[in-house]
Amino acid sequence: MKEILKAENLGIEFGGVKAVDNISIAANAGEIVSVIGPNGAGKTTLFNLVSGVYRPRTGRIFLHGKDVTGLPPHRLARHGLTRTFQNLQIFFRMTAAENVMVGRHLYERRNVLAHLLSMPSAARQQAESRDRALDLIERVGLRAVADRSAGSLPYGALKRLEIARALAAEPEVLLLDEPAAGCNPRETEEIDEIIQGIAASGVAVVLVEHDMRLVMKISSHIVVLNFGRKLIEGNAERVKNDPSVLEAYLGQKRERVRAVAVDR
Amino acid sequence: MIASRRATWLLQGRGSLLILAAAVLLLPLIVSTNFHYRVLVLVWVFSLAVIGLNLLMGYAGQVSLGHAGFFALGAYSTALGPPLLNMPPWASLPAGIALSGLVAFVIGRPILRLKGHYLAVATLGFGVLVYMGLSNEIRLTGGPDGMRVERLLLFGWSVRSNVIWYWITGGLMLLGAWLALNLVGSPSGRAIRAIHDSEVAASALGVDAAAYKLLVFVISAAYASAAGGLLALFNGHVTPGLSDFLISIQLVTMVVLGGMGSILGSVVGAALLVLLPQVLTFLQDYEHAFLGLIMILTMIFLRSGLVPGLLKLLTKDGHEGNP
Repeated sequence: MKEILKAENLGIEFGGVKAVDNISIAANAGEIVSVIGPNGAGKTTLFNLVSGVYRPRTGRIFLHGKDVTGLPPHRLARHGLTRTFQNLQIFFRMTAAENVMVGRHLYERRNVLAHLLSMPSAARQQAESRDRALDLIERVGLRAVADRSAGSLPYGALKRLEIARALAAEPEVLLLDEPAAGCNPRETEEIDEIIQGIAASGVAVVLVEHDMRLVMKISSHIVVLNFGRKLIEGNAERVKNDPSVLEAYLGQKRERVRAVAVDR
Repeated sequence: MIASRRATWLLQGRGSLLILAAAVLLLPLIVSTNFHYRVLVLVWVFSLAVIGLNLLMGYAGQVSLGHAGFFALGAYSTALGPPLLNMPPWASLPAGIALSGLVAFVIGRPILRLKGHYLAVATLGFGVLVYMGLSNEIRLTGGPDGMRVERLLLFGWSVRSNVIWYWITGGLMLLGAWLALNLVGSPSGRAIRAIHDSEVAASALGVDAAAYKLLVFVISAAYASAAGGLLALFNGHVTPGLSDFLISIQLVTMVVLGGMGSILGSVVGAALLVLLPQVLTFLQDYEHAFLGLIMILTMIFLRSGLVPGLLKLLTKDGHEGNP
């Protein structure tokens, strides 16, 4: 399998706290790599490092073997990496279709003069982008509301809209930050299918998710973080049965918890 | 649904050009005096500047409290072109637009990295700088007294008639509105609006936010400069007062009152704030307090401004997208 994303020994600290400490992560085409861990483990920070929102203090990031460390998000998008966001980052003043059309930005000719003068090429471009956007909106099941204002759509729909928008950029690496957060079981199942479809089309998917059923079911590889460090990694079977993972999620050993309680 | 789509097209989309063209064509039927024409020329001139500022504020979401600086740069370039460089007045106007664009390009790079209040203060500083420059460079600009502007010559005739100025400025306002509507409906406009709602999401999709902010800043400076140049030619004289902070505030109030992110609203806002002081002459001494009051009332009762507010009433689903 082709390794597309490789991040080595990433680290960053905020005010002396090592939010992410020496973490490496890789993803191949068609693979779903999940990053899990309790709250504050550094999952979103890791995403922000890989997607160029933060510049890593240590480590290197490679896309297709090319060093892209320190590039800003819009340059990484050109190299085929894009993402969705944990707290929705929707363009609320646009329609659902327009949101996805922004995802076509990289494939549009950006001739401002043609746009100002509304030349035929601009209209053609617009129609092309809209066609592609509607295909993707259909794929995530939002065709009926494509021309509604995004601000008027329910939460679950917006989660899927973000995925459609990211897909419009035709990424080779897609980072999904809690795509199923706040969704009901039926919506989660839909998103599950969408994600598997994306991976099947040859995209390397990196997923941060709290819904363990979803993670265990669809991940080809799982990385567990705790306190900014990599705890363990492996397939679902291995992670599920590792005692340190349970401990990370449920807190310290019972004796220590009791000791703290007595101290208070 | 169809009715609401039509309302959106008329008030928000390219249909608003129809409304504006009708206004320019039909207003001469109801106005007659030279004074009326003069006021309407001011409306079209300010509309141009406000359309530009609205691209920056309403569409890209970047504040500028210094746009009077570009307004005055355009006016003084138009005034200085003929005596300094022997340019004809009609050529010094576009030269002024190019100069303002260049200035915006140079100062925009560092300034636009700032966000919110910081950006507001930095642009305010730019406006003050222009004001100081124009007031102090007495040998060049005549200082606080200002300077005379050579009249526009068209086909050998000096253009002085307010009626002719009405058609010139009305036509250019329509051209400006047309260009702006084209821009916001285009892929570039979509990228610009995306930055307003979520810069981080736009970047993740490949939009170079810094470059697009700079682009809108330059375009909006060009609009302000065109308006300033036209005003200089129309009035026949310029003073540093054109770059006054209160003019910047006036432009911002026009944007907010008419409606952020609405080209038609820009003209409505400009028209109201140019016309109201003419009607309410008793307010003369309190004009600036009056501006403040309008700003406060709009913020409390009509957050989205007149035209988007009206559109919301008509469509009822709160649709604000640009078709």
